[in-house]
Amino acid sequence: MKRIILWLAATLSVLVLLFGYRTSTSGALNTTQTPVTGTSPQTSSHSSGSGPGSGSSASGSASSGSGSGGSGGSGGGGTGANQSATQTFTGNAVATQWGPVQVQVTTKNGSISSVSVIQYPHTNSYDQQVNGYALPILVKETLNAQSARIDMVSGATLTSGGYLQSLQSALDQAGA
Amino acid sequence: MNTAATLPLHREVAHAMGMPISLAMRGRHAGRRSGHEAWAEAMAAIHGADQIFSTYRPDSFISRLGRGEVQLADCPPEVGEVLELGTQAEHDSDGAFTMQLRGPDGRHTLDPSAVVKGWAVDRATVPLRQLDDTDFCLSAGGDLVCRTLDPPTPAWQIGIEDPHDPARVVATVAVRTGAVATSGTAHRGEHLVDGRTGLPPLGIASVTVIAENLTSADIDATSAYAQGADAARWLSTRPGRTALVVWADGRTTRLAVPRD
Repeated sequence: MKRIILWLAATLSVLVLLFGYRTSTSGALNTTQTPVTGTSPQTSSHSSGSGPGSGSSASGSASSGSGSGGSGGSGGGGTGANQSATQTFTGNAVATQWGPVQVQVTTKNGSISSVSVIQYPHTNSYDQQVNGYALPILVKETLNAQSARIDMVSGATLTSGGYLQSLQSALDQAGA
Repeated sequence: MNTAATLPLHREVAHAMGMPISLAMRGRHAGRRSGHEAWAEAMAAIHGADQIFSTYRPDSFISRLGRGEVQLADCPPEVGEVLELGTQAEHDSDGAFTMQLRGPDGRHTLDPSAVVKGWAVDRATVPLRQLDDTDFCLSAGGDLVCRTLDPPTPAWQIGIEDPHDPARVVATVAVRTGAVATSGTAHRGEHLVDGRTGLPPLGIASVTVIAENLTSADIDATSAYAQGADAARWLSTRPGRTALVVWADGRTTRLAVPRD
């Protein structure tokens, strides 16, 4: 178990370094490249399935602890640390010159089944579009919908009955 | 923004399936007869899907199939297509996504509505895609498909509704070409449940998924929402998806999963 965690930590470091390299080549050209700052990511212990992930805001301090599938309620290694379980490891957010980067790795049967970057710097649009789409940008608490320039609203509550009171209705009536 | 000034938006609204359908169009055919005809065709496609799949119509194929009055072979091929998508979604989510709606009497009815919406809107974009030099954003009750053709044209700016206050947006996302779906609190009195427990998921307020097409985005948003606290972990296994999860306590998780 310990070996897997160490190996994952190394893998995460490589991923973050790769990411750092990627952003520095696709980013602005006006600075010389500096090495990735911050420490190597530490894998957080896999958690029980209860807590929803945090990871709010783009502050860089976020960590996401979504539950892993296989390990029941036990926190650390112990008897529950079964090689066949699906486990999720979340690296700490690592500061790069372009902003915080955080990587999450899911393992199944002791090997990596998926890797996702759960936090990107968003200094420029290229950094965000690893999969072709920009990350949603959180709207600050103080900003209401009217102050955000939007073309359409995506939401779960829109029905014909509630349409006239909706944000989308306001946009449709604005005509532009 | 600067280019948008030269591309005025033309908007249309109609209602179908109990939802407002909103279209925003910009470019050559926006506001012209050709654009309006494509919009009419798009609406006809949505009404057509509703005729087949509405569980509110006792005479729809899906209602009759659910009651065992007709066989799949008697139905239009679209029914098989939708049920196959739903079956795949049930498999991919280990049963959290379900097409079996449990009634108050404990009986199950066949309800593929969670597949139909995205699938129907994807099909409705076909006439819009045939318009040259024209971008569109077509939304059905808050799930939408965007297209942007010309690289200098700005992306569509999509506001993501705050599940705790639908008068506000919790985030915005720029989408050039792709689909955005949000699942959360009930539509039309339907309650999204975890198919494994039959109970509403806990800890979660909404899930927004951005993907290549609305069929995938909508299915994944529903599947993730149904898994409650496990939503973000599950989404991280879905290649090519970008997502925003809003938790019941107001915290958020954003994630972008690389393509395969």
